[in-house]
Amino acid sequence: MTTATYTHVAMDKDGYLLNPTEWTMDLGEAIADDLNIQLTPDHWRLINFAREDFASKGQSPGLRRIAQQTGVAIKQIYLLFPKGPGKLIAKIAGVPKPKSCL
Amino acid sequence: MNVLEKEVNQEETQKHTMTKLAIICSKGSLDMAYPGLILANAARMCGVEATLFFTFWGLDIVNKKKIDHLHLTFVGNPSVPVPAMIAGLPGMEGIATTMMKREMEKLDIPSIREMLEILDDAGAEMYGCQMAMDMFKLEKDDLVPQVKEIITAMDFMDLAADAQIIFI
Repeated sequence: MTTATYTHVAMDKDGYLLNPTEWTMDLGEAIADDLNIQLTPDHWRLINFAREDFASKGQSPGLRRIAQQTGVAIKQIYLLFPKGPGKLIAKIAGVPKPKSCL
Repeated sequence: MNVLEKEVNQEETQKHTMTKLAIICSKGSLDMAYPGLILANAARMCGVEATLFFTFWGLDIVNKKKIDHLHLTFVGNPSVPVPAMIAGLPGMEGIATTMMKREMEKLDIPSIREMLEILDDAGAEMYGCQMAMDMFKLEKDDLVPQVKEIITAMDFMDLAADAQIIFI
């Protein structure tokens, strides 16, 4: 349990980082750990894309965009984040909840 | 946020978290097909189980022959931006459907067929209604492969026992 590593950062009531610039890889690991997700390079590929896309476009990518842009199949994404990839990727990547419905 | 606050928040979140959603799709027009599919997909993206039950005209959404030809309905729809007399003219619905599909393509909204594939990949479960299938003389083979089974209304009740139900 690594909760202590991110008690100093502000999160909204749903568990999204309020200030994405406070994100570090360790923080991502700690949040994933709390969500019971063991991060692998396949997870990181999606998390990193979400971060890069947020940095360049100013908004969190929806799941469809993540799948299209990374080339990772929707089915595979659900295997990596079975408890809801739409929310979990954004939470671990420290970006806001995606506004896209797809 | 300290640990205690976090725990309290988690508790609150759990209290309000939906775990299962069941959607009954009973209409076969394009504008009635999307809402159910989009909601089911949103549920899966949030980690909520999603079950879709297609009945009556809703079967058109999963009917191989009709899935690519769903269109808008104008008659009896007060939101249509043209007078009812004109909206009812032959060909109007076709024109409006083409226009709407073009707009959706611009926004990269998937077609109904693609939406069903996405839902299947996302782990949503889809069922056809036995009685409506009999009424329309349809066989399971007439439906897209993403439909898992043909079930009765009582089977649906069992599947949706602990779910929030939406009727469209």
